[in-house]
Amino acid sequence: MSGKSIIDMVCPVPFTTSNTVLLGHGSGGKLSNDLVRDVFLPAFGNPELAQLNDQAVVRVGQSRIAITTDSFVIRPLFFRGGDIGSLAVHGTVNDLAVGGALPLFLTAAFIIEEGLPMDVLRRVAQSMQQAAKAAGVRIVAGDTKVVERGKGDGIFINTTGIGLVPEDLNLSADRAQPGDVILLSGSIGEHGIAILAEREGLEFESALQSDSAPLHELCAAILSASTSVRCMRDLTRGGLSSAMNEIAAQSNVGIELNETAIPVRDEVRGACEMLGLDPLYVANEGKLIAIVPPDVAHSVLRAMRANPRGENAQIVGRVTGSLPGLVTMKTPLGTSRIVDMLAGDQLPRIC
Amino acid sequence: MKYLDEYRDGALARRIAAEIASISTRPWVLMEICGGQTHTIMRYGIDELLARNVELVHGPGCPVCVTPLETIDKAVALALRPGVILVSYGDMLRVPGSQLDLFRAKAQGADVRIAYSPTEAIKIAHANPDRQVVFLAIGFETTAPANAMAAWDAKRQGLTNFSMLVSHVLVPPAIRSLLSSPHNRIQGFIAPGHVCTIVGYEEYEEISREFRMPMVVGGFEPVDLLEAILMLVRQLEASKACVENQYVRAVSRAGNRVAQRVVNEVFEVADQKWRGIGGIPASGLRFRSEYAAFDANLIFDLAPIATEEPAECISAQVLQGLRKPTDCSAFTTRCTPETPLGAPMVSAEGACAAYYHYRRHNLVALEESK
Repeated sequence: MSGKSIIDMVCPVPFTTSNTVLLGHGSGGKLSNDLVRDVFLPAFGNPELAQLNDQAVVRVGQSRIAITTDSFVIRPLFFRGGDIGSLAVHGTVNDLAVGGALPLFLTAAFIIEEGLPMDVLRRVAQSMQQAAKAAGVRIVAGDTKVVERGKGDGIFINTTGIGLVPEDLNLSADRAQPGDVILLSGSIGEHGIAILAEREGLEFESALQSDSAPLHELCAAILSASTSVRCMRDLTRGGLSSAMNEIAAQSNVGIELNETAIPVRDEVRGACEMLGLDPLYVANEGKLIAIVPPDVAHSVLRAMRANPRGENAQIVGRVTGSLPGLVTMKTPLGTSRIVDMLAGDQLPRIC
Repeated sequence: MKYLDEYRDGALARRIAAEIASISTRPWVLMEICGGQTHTIMRYGIDELLARNVELVHGPGCPVCVTPLETIDKAVALALRPGVILVSYGDMLRVPGSQLDLFRAKAQGADVRIAYSPTEAIKIAHANPDRQVVFLAIGFETTAPANAMAAWDAKRQGLTNFSMLVSHVLVPPAIRSLLSSPHNRIQGFIAPGHVCTIVGYEEYEEISREFRMPMVVGGFEPVDLLEAILMLVRQLEASKACVENQYVRAVSRAGNRVAQRVVNEVFEVADQKWRGIGGIPASGLRFRSEYAAFDANLIFDLAPIATEEPAECISAQVLQGLRKPTDCSAFTTRCTPETPLGAPMVSAEGACAAYYHYRRHNLVALEESK
């Protein structure tokens, strides 16, 4: 702890800005966006970054290359349905695929805590290799650093990926238009609840697994079904809500979801009820949303359902011209409510 | 999913709303006590469904909102002491104290941990014998048994590095205080279902008789709340005033006697300050002298802290149902969940946060059009 007492600190209520980084800055919610807007965009500002997509698409010679990077910090390292290794591959492959890219190569950087059993590292590496093979990518470069015991959480992994984007394809979160239809590839919240269950020792009647999976084939199926797809997003730590809010803001449109159309498995609902969480904000690692014009919605939906990663796909909402920047949801009672982006992490309620 | 789907059934909810509309001869002013109920009302737009027949005003039943600023400040000060682990329910971490909240204390190096139950704090105390573990024990009658049980367990196990910073509040004295106010407009109460699961509703029968006030113990799903409102409107239209129980799947008249026993063994009734509202006699719980060894207030020699709320914040009136969040000049402008002026904008159960998160798109427009 710093020697400075809190009495020296004059931090007015309300706390509009923070002088220190909070855990919430890593939540994928509003605080994360603040960090990007206030620190990283001013520092690195350029047209590719300013697009704020999950991947940047850059031209190199005659090729359009998608590039993305992601770091993975997760406890426990091994969980039902995956591990930090497979997750590190899926996360980056998916960020490329939702940009319309064919994922090709990954790099992997490891920050390892002193004392990590070698067997754990081997299992993680093997899992990464299997996941990479299944996703059709090769891990072609890497880096290793070891930090003192207590200065890491077992292992942190960063992966960077590149892929090729077809010449005429232009997917971006700022392309949604009023009238467009929102398609969701399957039930939400499984990764977040599976991790929480392992951490908190919760038991379910049936084994709930993380949905961690590569989505490159599903993305390819969607893009084969229609050439007019506006954008795709994989749903990660901020859940369905963050992805929808980001698109509403970047396209300056309203988004209206239909609560009864959003698939949530009973185990996820039950756990969320018990813990006071909302599945809309719970993490996913194998689901995406696609925004398409209304005339192709049903053909894209059929293509999604024909893929194993999209067999429970649903139309869950539409893009509107009213309330730009805001995501609303039609409740089962027929009323309308806002689906906000959370400031930080979702917190369990007291009762 | 059983016990959920039938209580969120849209068609059934609309049928009940239509029945409320058909039997109402005038608009009635009803208060739901519990913040969890406020949350459901705003999330599902129940106020919108009933706009012509019922005005719902929101009560003080948000445990995070009514925990005094001094308690937050004490928790922050304790958390920043070397050798202390402060354990808390999750939604207390973002509530602003006078200078810091617990999240920011954590970012400064304080060891602050989130627990789902106080028994987790006991486990942390066992695992860290060289550290002092303090549990921030707040809430209504609902959380009192678990908190009491933790102290009871700690005493039985002879734990010497575990204590609790207690700030417990009781619902019935707050209802009496609201009904005794000359400004009272409330004509019927939805009594708090979870609180009554523990304490039953005999004490509510006394209040109902004393103030001739209809009361219905209500659950937390949309159909629960609509049923409770229908039962209240039936009483009001028939000029009746009694206590009825809508939440029969969880609440009995006598409540949970075992839970009541452990609360009485560990705690005694005391005067209590409510954030935003002020002092209410005999409206809180404190440790009995036999449990003084677990009272963080005593063992850490915490100096009294003088605090002031921002002048613009009308949370006192909001928490008493006298004004709505949309009546506040700062709502959605100077006061948002990221820049809260008062606790009701922070907690998931606070009325201001419920208005902001779920309904600011139509409520603000609705108010402006009036």
